[in-house]
Amino acid sequence: MPALGADMDEGTVLEWLVKPGDQVHKGDIIAVIDTAKSAIDVESFFTGTVERLVTGVGQTVPVGTVLATITETPAGPAAPQPAGLPAEREVPERPAAPQPPGPTAEREAAELPRSAAPRKRGKKIAAAVQAHPPVPISPLIRKRAHELGVDLSELRGSGRGGAVTRADVERAAAERQREVAPKPPSPASSRIRVTPLARRVAVELGVDLAGLTGTGPGGAISEADVRRAAPVGEAAPARETVPVREAVPVREAASTPEAAGRPAAAAARSGAERALTMRQAIGRLMARSKREIPHYYVSNTVDMARSLDWLHERNRALEVSERLVPAALLLKAAALAARKVPDLNGYWLDDQFSPADAVHLGLVISLRGGGLLTPAIHDAADLQLSELMSRMRDLVIRARAGRLRGSELTDATITVTNLGDQGVESVFGVIYPPQVALIGFGKVTERPVAVGGLIGVRPVAVTTLAADHRASDAMTGARYLAALSDLLQRPEEL
Amino acid sequence: MTPDQAQHVIEEALTQVAPDVDTADITPDTDLRDDLGLDSLDFLRFVEILSERTGTKIAEDDYPRLATLASAVKWLAGG
Repeated sequence: MPALGADMDEGTVLEWLVKPGDQVHKGDIIAVIDTAKSAIDVESFFTGTVERLVTGVGQTVPVGTVLATITETPAGPAAPQPAGLPAEREVPERPAAPQPPGPTAEREAAELPRSAAPRKRGKKIAAAVQAHPPVPISPLIRKRAHELGVDLSELRGSGRGGAVTRADVERAAAERQREVAPKPPSPASSRIRVTPLARRVAVELGVDLAGLTGTGPGGAISEADVRRAAPVGEAAPARETVPVREAVPVREAASTPEAAGRPAAAAARSGAERALTMRQAIGRLMARSKREIPHYYVSNTVDMARSLDWLHERNRALEVSERLVPAALLLKAAALAARKVPDLNGYWLDDQFSPADAVHLGLVISLRGGGLLTPAIHDAADLQLSELMSRMRDLVIRARAGRLRGSELTDATITVTNLGDQGVESVFGVIYPPQVALIGFGKVTERPVAVGGLIGVRPVAVTTLAADHRASDAMTGARYLAALSDLLQRPEEL
Repeated sequence: MTPDQAQHVIEEALTQVAPDVDTADITPDTDLRDDLGLDSLDFLRFVEILSERTGTKIAEDDYPRLATLASAVKWLAGG
């Protein structure tokens, strides 16, 4: 059961869209999960064959519970290599596997010797830790290692007191590259992050973090990911002989899964129940945010005349379906400003800020029945306005219909709340952990404004920023709002 | 289009955009955006549906005419 957002701790399988024996690809929707807030389409994290649906329709299980097992298909050379792992070295030890070794099979294999070996897994890890006394590794080195997919616990440092240096990491990466020769570097490998809890649990369970695919925000490896990768009591034997990976998203719709008609199999929550669980989920997350995040706030009044005139002119010639609403401009500007001020775009994890390498703009969508969802528009800074507009419309429709995808709910890097339509002048939001900033847009109102020494009536909007003081200072926030305002004065460049 | 037809189309469009709204509660003076809580995207969709169903070209400058049920009916019925 994947964590579909920071506020989720359990989920109910509403429907399986696959059955054992089915081929699935990474990203395919394989199940529908009901959470406190909504029914959500869950995607497969792997490409392979569905082995077994473990969690049945109607069952409610905590995040981290195995939903199904998927045997990964060995990928060809063209397939993206899974997040970096020093796995290859261990391949010769592994028990005869029924599949030819491909990159993914090797990843599986890397975990196998440990579970198959007679000695306790924990010991191996402990030994490794002992062999390399805990010399502090700087965050920069750690980051570089993650980018290159180098497992720091396997490295012998050449720096002072055995400290691991940047050169060590790069050398290890180069060696690995030689061993693995023709594989292209994986785009995913540049983004490995691990939560502190996950790190601790990994040591306890003897799980090699390097072999894991993270499902948390920005691909971070969460505790759930680690637990999934660990052999579970009696369930483990199967994996010792066959490289089966426990994947999150699949379950058992005894009969034929019907892709249509959403809550056909298991009943989704009733309206009243949904409203309650929605409030509770929002309450937990927001309480956590206010408890953990030292918010600071800045605001600015932005002249919207140029943007609105430009928009009006543009829309005049267009069919209704192609018209833009002002929110599209605001979102694009917010995303571009986040790229200009990257200190606000990312996550507070592991007691430090990890900048995100793309801008996935979370959008607060209020549901007509009450409550809200915050799906992300992926790579919002790179989208044409018309594309951004259609994504926004699509997200709103699917959010209200309960058809969002799991990935959309987990990887926003910064969030926007737009209360302009609700008639308030400004909104100071509560940050969605582990993100570090939330932008608020108020209503566009006509106000007397001094322009060029004269008073004129202009449309203005108040923009606000709530940001995490651990990750940035108000100066950064001020730069963000200034950048946002600048962008909105040049709408033709958005 | 008669006023009755116009009203029917408007109510249908509203039902589609805001399924939770009971059209029986809408009076001629109901503000379609503020009172029914339509946001800008909802309103755009509403305009889109009206445009499709009636074949009327609705420009942004015409939006104020769609402010209430009464004004919208009047305008669509060519009044």
